[in-house]
Amino acid sequence: MEEDSRVEQTVIPTENAEQAAEQTAEQAAQAADATDPGKERLKCIIECLIFASDIPLTIDRIKQVLEDLAPRQIRELVAELIEDYRTSPRGIHIREVAHGFQFCTRPEYASLVHQLRKSKPYHLTQPTLETLAIIAYKQPVTKAEIELVRGVDCAGVVKSLMDKNLVAIQGRKEVIGRPFLYGTTQKFLEVFGLETLASLPTIEEIKQLSDAAIPVAEEDTH
Amino acid sequence: MQYQVKLDIFEGPLDLLLYLIKKNEVDIYDIPMALITGQYLEYLELMKELNLDIAGEFLVMASTLIKIKSQMLLPPVEGEGEGEDETDPRAELMEHLLEYQRYKEAAHQLVTRELLEKDIFKRPQTEDPGEAKVDGDMLIEASLFDLVDALRKVIERKDLPENIMGVAVEKMTVRDKIVSILRQLKETPQLVFQSLFDPLVTRFEIIVTFLAVLELIRLRAIRVFQVQPYGEIRIVALASQVPLDDLGS
Repeated sequence: MEEDSRVEQTVIPTENAEQAAEQTAEQAAQAADATDPGKERLKCIIECLIFASDIPLTIDRIKQVLEDLAPRQIRELVAELIEDYRTSPRGIHIREVAHGFQFCTRPEYASLVHQLRKSKPYHLTQPTLETLAIIAYKQPVTKAEIELVRGVDCAGVVKSLMDKNLVAIQGRKEVIGRPFLYGTTQKFLEVFGLETLASLPTIEEIKQLSDAAIPVAEEDTH
Repeated sequence: MQYQVKLDIFEGPLDLLLYLIKKNEVDIYDIPMALITGQYLEYLELMKELNLDIAGEFLVMASTLIKIKSQMLLPPVEGEGEGEDETDPRAELMEHLLEYQRYKEAAHQLVTRELLEKDIFKRPQTEDPGEAKVDGDMLIEASLFDLVDALRKVIERKDLPENIMGVAVEKMTVRDKIVSILRQLKETPQLVFQSLFDPLVTRFEIIVTFLAVLELIRLRAIRVFQVQPYGEIRIVALASQVPLDDLGS
């Protein structure tokens, strides 16, 4: 192809000049596809926006700035950006969480960040975690329904989950007494690194894991 | 001398039962009631000896266990449930234990994820509340109780004389106050609830200001929110026009 066009150019240069110019432009574009300046610039813009955002940045909000791009294009660019960070030796990367994107440190350096911040690792007690798991899977759920599963009073634990902003009141159940209904928050997704609630393992998957953990006596059937 | 010891390994009766089932390596689908009930009661006895408070739930479970155990001793009633399977008196307890175990597993799955502030960190949130925060969805709408509580604090802080009566003070109306709040919001995008009361001296003025805030919320002209639960209440303007002519004075 290249040779052909070159031959043509030399033979009848005037007629085919335009076409040849077009061709070389196309070739250049193909060759430079990996480092397309326009695309790289868009990735830089998205990188800035994610960095400057306080909360996980959604595709919709990126689109408010880059109006001409389709959500699908933005998603592709973000995916490339994430991949760029993943494949280069960096201390931070971008994660998809709580319906958006966010910069965060890599887990292998956690102890050093704690050293800097003089902080203790975020910790939830076993009762708090169990209650949170029940709320996450059964939401919206009343306190009585949580207590039914756990078999103990949960008022204090639910309160502490609300103080931590992991759980919030989402309404009232239309039964006698109109009790509050509890559900998980955006912060819950952020803390546990979940993109959406659908990213939780399904209750069926949990069932399998849980049943495997229960000892079943290996006895002969009688 | 008495020592108070708190053992929180077994948070509830279900926890204790699951522990006993695992320890004895018995089948959860075929719980040997005599063995487990015996050990359960022994454990309660131990807790009593150690002077631990035994929560009511433990006692309720003890009676449930004994009830199931005695039901199993009874011969199956003739005539009832011909041909069909006799329902196992343990079925309900078993279901309950299995369900609880599932949520314990779910909790385990949660905590083994990479946790923010434990395994990974994000950029600390900017302290400046004026920007970015306002349209974030992490804001907490302040409830009426929050507002009333804030009002109570204002009144307490002022330590007001009941009222300075007799002096013909030019009275401030709710309408005037609304206009004034809206004007302030035009100058600064965000107001702190408390600051509305700063130059005021009388209880009357405080009440009028509070009513003005309530009226503005009703008209959807402002939005009140907190950045954290029970935090400082902030006010931002919403775009809607306030029909000042409709307001009473």
